[in-house]
Amino acid sequence: MMDFAQAGLRRIGRRIIDSIWRMGTATRFLALTLLHSGQSFSRFQLTIREIFSAGVLSLIIILVSGLFVGMVLGLQGYETLQTYGSEEALGILVSLSLVRELGPVVAALLFASRAGSAITAEIGLMKATEQIAAMEMMAVDPIARVVAPRFWGAVISMPLLAALFSAMGIFGGYLVGVVLIGVDEGAFWSQMQAAVDFREDILNGVIKSVVFGVAVTVIALFEGYDAPPTAEGVSRATTRTVVTSSLAILGLDFILTAFMFSGV
Amino acid sequence: MGLLHRKTIQVSDILIEIRDLYFAYGDRTVLKGINLTAKRGQVIAIMGISGGGKTTLLRLIGGALRPSAGLLKVDGIDMSRIDHVGLYQLRRRMGMLFQFGALFTDMSVFDNVAFPLREHTDLPEEMIHDLVLMKLNAVGLRGASGLMPSELSGGMARRVALARAIALEPRLILYDEPFAGLDPISLGVTGNLIRRLTDTLGITSIVVTHDIQESLRMVDYVYFVSEGVIAAEGTPDQLRASKEPFVHQFVHGEEDGPVPFHYPAPSYTADLELAA
Repeated sequence: MMDFAQAGLRRIGRRIIDSIWRMGTATRFLALTLLHSGQSFSRFQLTIREIFSAGVLSLIIILVSGLFVGMVLGLQGYETLQTYGSEEALGILVSLSLVRELGPVVAALLFASRAGSAITAEIGLMKATEQIAAMEMMAVDPIARVVAPRFWGAVISMPLLAALFSAMGIFGGYLVGVVLIGVDEGAFWSQMQAAVDFREDILNGVIKSVVFGVAVTVIALFEGYDAPPTAEGVSRATTRTVVTSSLAILGLDFILTAFMFSGV
Repeated sequence: MGLLHRKTIQVSDILIEIRDLYFAYGDRTVLKGINLTAKRGQVIAIMGISGGGKTTLLRLIGGALRPSAGLLKVDGIDMSRIDHVGLYQLRRRMGMLFQFGALFTDMSVFDNVAFPLREHTDLPEEMIHDLVLMKLNAVGLRGASGLMPSELSGGMARRVALARAIALEPRLILYDEPFAGLDPISLGVTGNLIRRLTDTLGITSIVVTHDIQESLRMVDYVYFVSEGVIAAEGTPDQLRASKEPFVHQFVHGEEDGPVPFHYPAPSYTADLELAA
């Protein structure tokens, strides 16, 4: 019995040590990426390509999801607000929920599953087919040439996508609330303008999306770079990217919200 | 003075010098005292059974691994002391052909060959254009410059990779299993290309391969690696005539010999539980 408990404890301990070790390696990987970022800016067309594949190619899913989330907010918000006779406040409800929370968080979750998984799979396969090793043998640093442009491409794309998600969501809320249900249009927009503060709401939302962008991208790049060079290795790394980044986004969101809005 | 002069020539004539080289992955010692010399303008084959340490040796020469002990000099540079910057400088004078080509799948054939030129030189685009077409012409694939790697056959992909490897006119090219999985025609073409490029460009080629017949046809010298040591070495003619059991088994592709057909196992009768 004692042995059994000891073995169990040891296993838990090893898992914790392994995860801490992995986090340390990922942090070093991030530091190395930042250190080798010169080329991503001196040859900006490398980064622009990655903005296209991470950002532009994610537009459809982000815009459509934003529209639907906004429409649902419009419906649900109206239902609740009309009980108190304050359906004019629908604009505030829709915009604040999107700008503060749903925009950065849902856009980041979608970004992780659309662009993050693609980054992991691409880098994992480049490693499995020895493209990374070939680059090293050609005296080209893969961190500077492959990893850093993808990092900056994704980190630049993320806040832009979150902003578009929020804008599309507000439009969805407007469609349902004003056009479909008939909430007063003037009240919808003017209350929204009055209630949404640039620094307090919009800037904090942007900060959140930048933090999520960095987290998702580092996880995606690290998992790809660290993946065993086999079909199974790459598929597991891709799954891990989506799971880990989703958890990281939600965890970071709580911490950031606590600091930003609760005066902790 | 005369002696000194002769010595200088001798030293620079040797591109790779390996003396008593040891290498271990953790506790597992893979190479146990390798001695090897490669001169400029030579094609050297490193042969041996799978898992014998050939690719490890190639990776050591390429600087992807560090020796555990012993001397490994490439172009006069001690590989156990080389730093990151020095290694990258050395690799600009070195090309490597990976087993399946390792072409960048998101770039066309042209851009693959142009890659090292664009990364390491400031040449104008028109000059890069001409150089790339010359390199592709040398491997017979100028007409394929607009294709993507997914549109190439295995043999063509390896030839494109070879064009990419010679783009910066290296002094040394390392080949990891260049003949694996090729049809007889592509195999002959690849073998001839390696020989011709070595002769015309005056480079040194190190070929890790299993393909004994193709190797004996085109290389200058062969090293057999077995269980971490050089089990045999010699020119193709010496090896064909060799009576040494290991070489004989390898050259003639015999099933059983010093390298046994059977993985170590208890006796067959015992395993089948038959009474003696």
